[in-house]
Amino acid sequence: MRRVLVLFAHPVLERSRVNRRLVEAARDLEGVTLRDMYEEYPTLDIDVRREQEMLLRHDVVVFQHPFYWYSVPAILKEWQDLVLEHGWAYGAGGTHLRGKVTFNVVSTGGPASAYRESGYNRFTVRELLAPWDQTAHLCGMRFLAPFVVHASLAVIGEDDVAPARVKYRRLLEALRDDRIDLDRAAAAENLVDSLDHVLAPREVA
Amino acid sequence: MTDSVLAQALVYLAVAVIFVPIAKRLGLGAVLGYLAGGVVIGPWVLGFVGGEGQHVMHFAEFGVVMMLFLVGLELRPALLWQLRQPIFGLGGLQVVVTAAVVAGGALAVGVAWKAAIAIGLTFAMSSTAIVLSSLSERGLLKTSGGQASFSVLLFQDISVIPILAVFPLLGATVATELTDVTSEAGRPAWLSGLFVLGAVVAVVGLGRYLVRPVFQFLAAAKLREAFTAAALLIVVGIALLMQTVGLSPALGTFLAGVVLADSEYRHELETDIEPFKGLLLGLFFISVGAQIDFGLIGHDPLKIAAIVAASMLGKLSVLYGLGRLFKLDRPARWLLAFSLAQVGEFAFVLLSLGAQRGIFAPDVKSALDAAVAISMVLSPPAFIVLERFVLPRVTERTEERAQDEIDEPGGTIVIAGYGRFGQMVGRMLRANRIPMTILDLDPEIVDIVGRLGIKVYYGDASRTELLHAAGCEHARAFVLAVDDAAVATRIAENVRHHFPNLAIIARCRDRPHYWELRRLGIKHVFRETFGSAYEAGIASLQALGYRANTAHRLARRWRQHEERMLEELGELWGTGDGYFSRVRSGLDEAERLMRDEDPTVFTDRDASWDNESLRADRRPEAAAADDVAS
Repeated sequence: MRRVLVLFAHPVLERSRVNRRLVEAARDLEGVTLRDMYEEYPTLDIDVRREQEMLLRHDVVVFQHPFYWYSVPAILKEWQDLVLEHGWAYGAGGTHLRGKVTFNVVSTGGPASAYRESGYNRFTVRELLAPWDQTAHLCGMRFLAPFVVHASLAVIGEDDVAPARVKYRRLLEALRDDRIDLDRAAAAENLVDSLDHVLAPREVA
Repeated sequence: MTDSVLAQALVYLAVAVIFVPIAKRLGLGAVLGYLAGGVVIGPWVLGFVGGEGQHVMHFAEFGVVMMLFLVGLELRPALLWQLRQPIFGLGGLQVVVTAAVVAGGALAVGVAWKAAIAIGLTFAMSSTAIVLSSLSERGLLKTSGGQASFSVLLFQDISVIPILAVFPLLGATVATELTDVTSEAGRPAWLSGLFVLGAVVAVVGLGRYLVRPVFQFLAAAKLREAFTAAALLIVVGIALLMQTVGLSPALGTFLAGVVLADSEYRHELETDIEPFKGLLLGLFFISVGAQIDFGLIGHDPLKIAAIVAASMLGKLSVLYGLGRLFKLDRPARWLLAFSLAQVGEFAFVLLSLGAQRGIFAPDVKSALDAAVAISMVLSPPAFIVLERFVLPRVTERTEERAQDEIDEPGGTIVIAGYGRFGQMVGRMLRANRIPMTILDLDPEIVDIVGRLGIKVYYGDASRTELLHAAGCEHARAFVLAVDDAAVATRIAENVRHHFPNLAIIARCRDRPHYWELRRLGIKHVFRETFGSAYEAGIASLQALGYRANTAHRLARRWRQHEERMLEELGELWGTGDGYFSRVRSGLDEAERLMRDEDPTVFTDRDASWDNESLRADRRPEAAAADDVAS
C-alpha cells in the first residue's frame, strides 16, 4: 500500500466550484492524508520541518489547486521554495524524495479546447506544468500527467462535477492500492481522459 | 559681604552660573570656567573670598571622592581586573620614574636630598579631579588613552598610602601633631594593615549584602529624598571609614562603586550622586583658582615659571615615554602625556605635611603651592592645545583610534517600564541578542525579573539624569512601556526634548493617549490591547466557521480601516458631535468594507480570486487571463 499525501490549496474555498467538491472525494479516504494549505498557513508562514516530515511519511504527493495564471496559488509556490531545500530534496545528499510519485490535480476556467496550440491559451496544461515536471525530475520523483478538470466557469451545480469527483476518488484509491500503470500515467496528457487506460490491469510479464 | 554662609553660597553659585557656560561656549571646557571664576572672585581681583579658601577647598575635595565613586560605578569588577596591567605597570612606573626625575632636577638646583625626594613624590601626583572631568567632558574617558590616564590616576591614589608613610621618615624634626590623613596614629604597622584589610572587606561585604535589601526597603517606601540620603550616606560613611584606617577616601569609595557596579540600583545611585559631585567639584576648582597667590608670583615670577615649566615638561616626557613603552598608539600616548602633566590637588596636602615635618622651608612650600596651582590652571588649556593642534596631526595616520572602547553594558535599546508589556518586547529583543538597558520603578519587578537573571535598573525614567545615565545618547531606540498614561506622556516629552533623534516605540492606553503621543511626533504608538484583541477577533471568526485564510484577510482589511479611522478621528477629537458622528459613519464603512459592498473602498486583491466577472464574460478573445479563476 502506498501512502498518498494531497496538498490542497485554494485561497477562497467558499467561492470555489470545482475544488470544493473535488476535495470531498479525498477527505475520508483511508490511506490518504489531506492537507488544506491555506487553512494550515493563513499567514503563509510555512513550517518547513513539519512539511518535510509529511513528505517522508508518504509515497505519493498530489498537488491539488486551481490553475492561477497557468500555475499554482501563491502558497504552493511558497511551499515549494521553502520545503524543497538543497541538500534535502536535491543536490548533494538531497535524496529524501527519490522514487516518490507526484502529479497535479488542476481545475481550469477555460475549456479543454483553449489548451492546445490553436487555442487561445496556446499550450496544453501538461506543457504549462513544465516547471513542476522539472522540479520532480530534479528531486528524483516520478512525474505523472495532471488530472485536469476544465471549464469550471461553466459549472453550475453539483451534478456538473460529479463525474470528475468519482474519477478522482478512483484514481486516489488506485494509487493507494498500487493498481496503476505508472508508465502509462506518466505518458498521458490528462488523467481524467486516460483513467481507464491507466487503471487497466497490466499484462503479466 | 562674605561673612554669612548664604552670601558665600551666592558668590560660588554665581560663578558656576556665569563663568562655566561662557567657558563652555568658548570651547574652553567647564573646568577652566570654574578656575577662571575662582581667580576673579579671589583675593587678588574682586576679593569676594579670602582666607577661608583653604577650608572651602578641603570641603570641596569631597567632590573628588564622589567622582571616584561614580567612576567605580561605571567599572564592573571584571573590567577592573582587565585594567590590572596598566594600573600597576604603567601607573607604578609613572609614580616611580616621575618622582626620580623631579627629585633629580631638584637635586641639580641644589635642594637637599630628603627634600628632593619629598618634592619628587609630591609632583608625581596628577589631578584626578581635573583630568577625569576634562576627559569625560570631551568623551575621551573610554578611549585607550583615556583608560591609560585613568589607570595611572588610580595607582596614584593607591600610592598615597605608602607616600604618607614615607614622609615622616624624610622629616628633619619629629612632628608633634599628625594630620588626619596619616594612618600611623600610634598603632603598630601590622595592626594598621589589619585595619585596612578589615575596612576593605567591610566595604565589599556591605556593598554586596547590605545595600541591596536597604535600597529595596527604601524603594518600596517610595521616598525620593530617602533614596538620595541613603546614596550620600554610603559615600560619606565609606569616606569616613577609610580616613579612620588611613586609606584614601577616594580609593575607598571607588572600591564601593565597583562593588555596586553590578547592582540594579546603579543608575539610581549615579543619578542621586551626580549633581552633588558636579557642584562640589566646581567648588573645588573655584577654590583652586581663588587660592593662587598672585603676590608671591609677582614677587618672583621667573622662579615660579621655571618650576611650572620644568615640572610639566618633565612629567609630560616621562608619560610619553611610558606610553611608548606600553605600546599605546600615538594619539593615546599624547593624550596620556598632556592630560596628566599637571600636579594634582593632593600635592597641597603633601606640601603642607612636608612643611610641618620640616622637610623643606615654609617659603619653599609657598612657591611650590603656587606652581602646583598654576600647573592645574594650565591643564584645561593643555587639553585645548592637545585637541586642536596635536591630535589632528597624529590621528591622520591611525584611523582606528576611536574604536577601542570599553564594552560597556550601555544598551542598544532602552526599555522604560518592564511590566507585562515591556517584558514581552524585552524577551523578543533578548532572544535576538540585542543589548538592552531596562528601567523600572517597581521594586518588586526589579526583584522578580532580576531572579530570572535579567538586570533591571530601579529608577524613575521621567528624570532626565536617569535617561542620561541609561545611555540614551548612544541608544538606537527607546521603548516606552510604562503603564501609567500620564507618566508615559511625561517621559515621552522628556525624551523628545533631550534626545530628539532617538526613535521612540511607545505603548499607549487608549485613543486619547494615542493621539497625545502622536502629537509629540512619535511615529510608533501601539494601543496596549490591540494586538491581542486583533488575534481574538480572528479566532472568533474561525470559531464561526470562517476559513483561516479568509479570517486573517478580513482581519487585516478591518485593521487597515481601523487605523485609518484612528488617524482621522484624532483630528476630530474634542469637537463633540463631529467626532461621534464620524465614529458612527466609520462603523458603517467598516461593515460595508467587510461585505464587499462598496466598490470605491473595495477595489483590491480579492477581486482577482473572484470569478464572477469572468463567468459573466467568457468570450475567449476578451479573457486572456481566463484561468485566473476556477
